[in-house]
Amino acid sequence: MDGEEDGPVSQTEKREKSKSTGLRKEWKNNYPLFLMIAPICILTIVLMYLPMSGLLLAFKDYHYNMGIFGSPWSGLDNFRFFFISGKGLQVTLNTIVYNTINTITSQGLAILLAIIISEMTAKRFTRVTQSLVFLPYFISWIIVGTFVYNIFNFETGALNNFLKAIGAQPVNVYSMPGVWKWIIMAFNSWKWAGYNSVIYIAAINNVDPQCIEAADIDGANIWQRIAHITIPEIKPTISIMLLMQVGRILRGDFQMFYQIIGNNGQLFNATDVIDTFVFRSLTTSGDLGMTSAATLYQSVLCFIIITIVNARVRKADEESALF
Amino acid sequence: MQNSNVMRKKASRIKNPPATVAFNWVGVILLTIMSVFCLLPFILLISGSLTSEEAIVRDGFSLIPHEFSTEAYKLLFRYPQTILRAYGVTVFITVMGTTLALLVISMAAYVLCRKSFRYRNQFSFFLYFTTLFNGGMVSTYVFFIRYLHLKDSLWALILPLMVNVFYLLIMRSFMSSIPETIFESCKIDGAGEFRIYFQFALPLVKSGLATVTLFIALDYWNDWYNAMLYMTSREKFPLQYMLYDMLASTEALSQLASSANVSMVDIPGQSLRMAMAVVATGPIILVYPFVQKYFEKGITIGSVKG
Repeated sequence: MDGEEDGPVSQTEKREKSKSTGLRKEWKNNYPLFLMIAPICILTIVLMYLPMSGLLLAFKDYHYNMGIFGSPWSGLDNFRFFFISGKGLQVTLNTIVYNTINTITSQGLAILLAIIISEMTAKRFTRVTQSLVFLPYFISWIIVGTFVYNIFNFETGALNNFLKAIGAQPVNVYSMPGVWKWIIMAFNSWKWAGYNSVIYIAAINNVDPQCIEAADIDGANIWQRIAHITIPEIKPTISIMLLMQVGRILRGDFQMFYQIIGNNGQLFNATDVIDTFVFRSLTTSGDLGMTSAATLYQSVLCFIIITIVNARVRKADEESALF
Repeated sequence: MQNSNVMRKKASRIKNPPATVAFNWVGVILLTIMSVFCLLPFILLISGSLTSEEAIVRDGFSLIPHEFSTEAYKLLFRYPQTILRAYGVTVFITVMGTTLALLVISMAAYVLCRKSFRYRNQFSFFLYFTTLFNGGMVSTYVFFIRYLHLKDSLWALILPLMVNVFYLLIMRSFMSSIPETIFESCKIDGAGEFRIYFQFALPLVKSGLATVTLFIALDYWNDWYNAMLYMTSREKFPLQYMLYDMLASTEALSQLASSANVSMVDIPGQSLRMAMAVVATGPIILVYPFVQKYFEKGITIGSVKG
């Protein structure tokens, strides 16, 4: 009788015991490993996971003296304010448009660079130019901001000097919001094309040399070889890179936008992305509620997009999926 | 003898097929254009720093200085307190941050590459999730300032850049190339994990350590974002942010003027700013040729994983 009653109970107990024995056994066997991974886990928890609690601010009416947890709830008011003011849609659109243009140009340029650098026979020339093209990655955006000022400012900018020298009228670029799309695109490519080209060069180097030999034997000239072998072979790399960029489509490069645009108010409507908008709102109006709502909106949407994109990438090539 | 000479000459004059020649020309033109575009901003910067202030105000920035003058640099080096202080801060956080980050990251990478560790994947995902979703600027800012009391502390510049999961994964890739059998035989010989890590794992991934060190050091050197968010006292500004402060506010410039006992009017404002930018980014450009290949290797390894 006792045995029958104990039967199911002891089975569950056994299962639970084996689970905790697993962890305990792992700890007993490998506790140095746990200790070694502890620092980064603690740092991650304190610096990245705990601050996520601040996202609650999106739903609260923040009062400084009450802190995050003491302030009263305000439901979806902050979100409503973000979108009804029209700002929400505008900065979202800006972010998407800029990321799209920037991705296409910088990746396109990177592919072009990679193909030329890999296929050209003058190796010393390509080494030098590759170094030059990769250099911008090392320069902080503050210096780039200086460049932009150097070139485009009205009184002393190099652009206006050049225009005056050829007899044309100087332009005040800072009052022409439409032009900045192209300026930002140019500087974004300037900074990232070299960096991205390294990835494509690695992919091109992975192309099976036998394929190339076969093409040469069949009499393909270099253009045909590039079009029919090199490009199709790196298509997987291209698609994965593009997909990864798409996954980040709602994240603007704050450093780039902030340094290039600075505080020129006329340009805000055309060039504000979610990140710069959040920062500006934070520093000028101090409305933590709305800025939190914008950030939460961005983080959640980004997460959803990356998850979808990753599933797509995993279907194409298991190895390259993020998770 | 003559025949072989003739043959050697003929062999060295085998021409490339016309398509290749055309391609090479296209390549040369395109690469030259792109390289020039990459160089142009730097030339403007250096030229601006070596031009006299009057020439800038009168003629603007140009590729070659209209009136050569080292006035800006003279001022900078005669009263270098601001720049030296900023350099000191940057060097400190770079050295401190890179060392700590390297230790923390390489230890974790070691753990994650040990196939005998049961919870590898769980820890991986736990760490990796932060790249997919995070609290964002606002939550992090509020949390750091209010709950961690990091306002105006140098740790606010060091800590955020230590938790870089991307570099952790690169490090793990490097360490995964060490066969597990080496670790197993070490354990059989009675070595503890720490000993294996310090005596075996680290020496075997020297080039990986070099690569990740350079990446992290560059991040620290160029960081201005954290300084902008958290630092309030001018003495604690790192190099890039001090430069930004100088460029963006006349107040900072006037403080420099008063510390140099020069009146604001006499300060070569424009060329001084350019000179500061040159000095701020000079070290990076000087070190660049030596470290370029490490970065290229790191990017390649990082992209192979995805």
